Amino acid sequence: MRYALLIYVDPAAYAGMSEAQQGAIFQEYFAVTDEMQKRGVDTGSGAPLQPINTATTVRVRNSKMLTTDGPFAETKEHLVGFYILNCKNLDEALEFAAKIPDARLGSVEVRPVQEIQYPPS
Amino acid sequence: MSDIARIVETTFRAEHGHVLGALVSYLGDLDLAEDALQDAMITALETWARDGVPLNPAAWMTTVARRKAIDRLRRDKLFQEKQQELQLHAELERPGEMEFDDRPIPDERLKLIFACCHPALALESQLALTLRTLGGLTTPEIARAFLVPIPTMNQRITRAKTKIRQAGIPFEIPPAERVPERLDAVLYVLYLIFNEGYSATAGDDFIRQELCNEAIRLARVLVELLDQETQLESDAEALGLLALMLLHDSRRAARVDANGEIVLLEDQDRSLWNQAEIQEGLALLDRAVALCQPGTYQLQAAISALHAQAPTYTETDWRQIAALYAQLVRIEPTPVVQLNCAVAVGMAQGPLVGLMMMNNFKLEESLSQYHLYHAARADLLRRAGEFDSARIAYQRAFELAQTRAERVFLLRRIESLKHT
Repeated sequence: MRYALLIYVDPAAYAGMSEAQQGAIFQEYFAVTDEMQKRGVDTGSGAPLQPINTATTVRVRNSKMLTTDGPFAETKEHLVGFYILNCKNLDEALEFAAKIPDARLGSVEVRPVQEIQYPPS
Repeated sequence: MSDIARIVETTFRAEHGHVLGALVSYLGDLDLAEDALQDAMITALETWARDGVPLNPAAWMTTVARRKAIDRLRRDKLFQEKQQELQLHAELERPGEMEFDDRPIPDERLKLIFACCHPALALESQLALTLRTLGGLTTPEIARAFLVPIPTMNQRITRAKTKIRQAGIPFEIPPAERVPERLDAVLYVLYLIFNEGYSATAGDDFIRQELCNEAIRLARVLVELLDQETQLESDAEALGLLALMLLHDSRRAARVDANGEIVLLEDQDRSLWNQAEIQEGLALLDRAVALCQPGTYQLQAAISALHAQAPTYTETDWRQIAALYAQLVRIEPTPVVQLNCAVAVGMAQGPLVGLMMMNNFKLEESLSQYHLYHAARADLLRRAGEFDSARIAYQRAFELAQTRAERVFLLRRIESLKHT
């Protein structure tokens, strides 16, 4: 079953960190992703996202396209990246979520992916 | 209700957890298992009246429920997919046979307990689901227990089962490194169920007794299952919790008088205490303590044990109780525990020391809306000779009290102080 692991962090959590500390966290991410691949759960569809100052939000209201600078909502914690993992059950997905470094600083939401049966084209 | 209906209901209720556990393990689907068991119950109402109650009801229930599950799946478009998962080939090859499998039904209740108490479910859902699937209580009974409308409880249970299915909550014993925290969650659910039944704020008398009985039964099952499961160690807190429940429950008959009014510990007729439960509780506590894994339930059980072993109220070992509370406060520094600690210290070292402790813990802030805080404080003030302050505190407690029995008791205290 596929699960989305959505990683949310408050940028302020990184504010006080030295480059060495941040580097250590990146290394941890590499290690976690490596383990996911070795355990055969990584679907390769995940990605870290660039910081929120690079975000742009689109809405269409009354046929008008509205484009705004920034993430969709003014929240403290922002989406910083995600994994899509193929796990045998929720517990396996939760186990990986707990290994994600940002689970210590922020939150990781784990939600099953809807498996849509696309009609044959 | 007819006799046969009552027998069917009682039997299904008693075997519910065991049979459901086996069905869920077999089918991999809680909803389907429950629906199939419901179908089997309807069949039982017809056939048991005609053929008599089967010699092995659990075997009958399991066999018939499996057939009902297959029937349901056949009607379901997703049958083809399920077939592989269920490995039903053997059954399908002999469609008409009603073979009663008399082999012992595998006890999958541990898996069921861990699934129902999974932290991915909201706590209130864990409580409802545990009572429904393992306790076999009906939805109306559970609704009554938690003072919630039946449709609300129905929705809560349905949503919980949906979450289990959609999020992929497994029916498995967690891996060894996760067991301690997952077991904590299970114990907490059982503790809450017992508390709900034991406290004076829940529904009617009958359902409260049912909840306590159910909590004790499930705790017993848990302890037995943990003993049997070789990959898990005996858990001291599981033993401690069962001990705690039994020791508390042993006082049931003495807690309320013929008029349904509260009888305080100091006034209880100790000859009404259930000695069998006390002995069982003490033995469990000994087993627990020998494992050297201290914890909150064991401490609470030890305190209850000291009360249970005191021949009279005045012979209670308050010093020991106060010492145990001091330990409990360290691991569980909640206002209610702090309150109980202050009360025990008040008994061991005098009311003024107890009152001072209440001030030190700043309980006036955290427990200002809790009637038992005011009642406890009033009691200490009364024993210290501060009758006016005591009466005011009892008045406050009276205003906040939630049951008739407690209000009657508090009123009597207020009246008695008016004449001092």
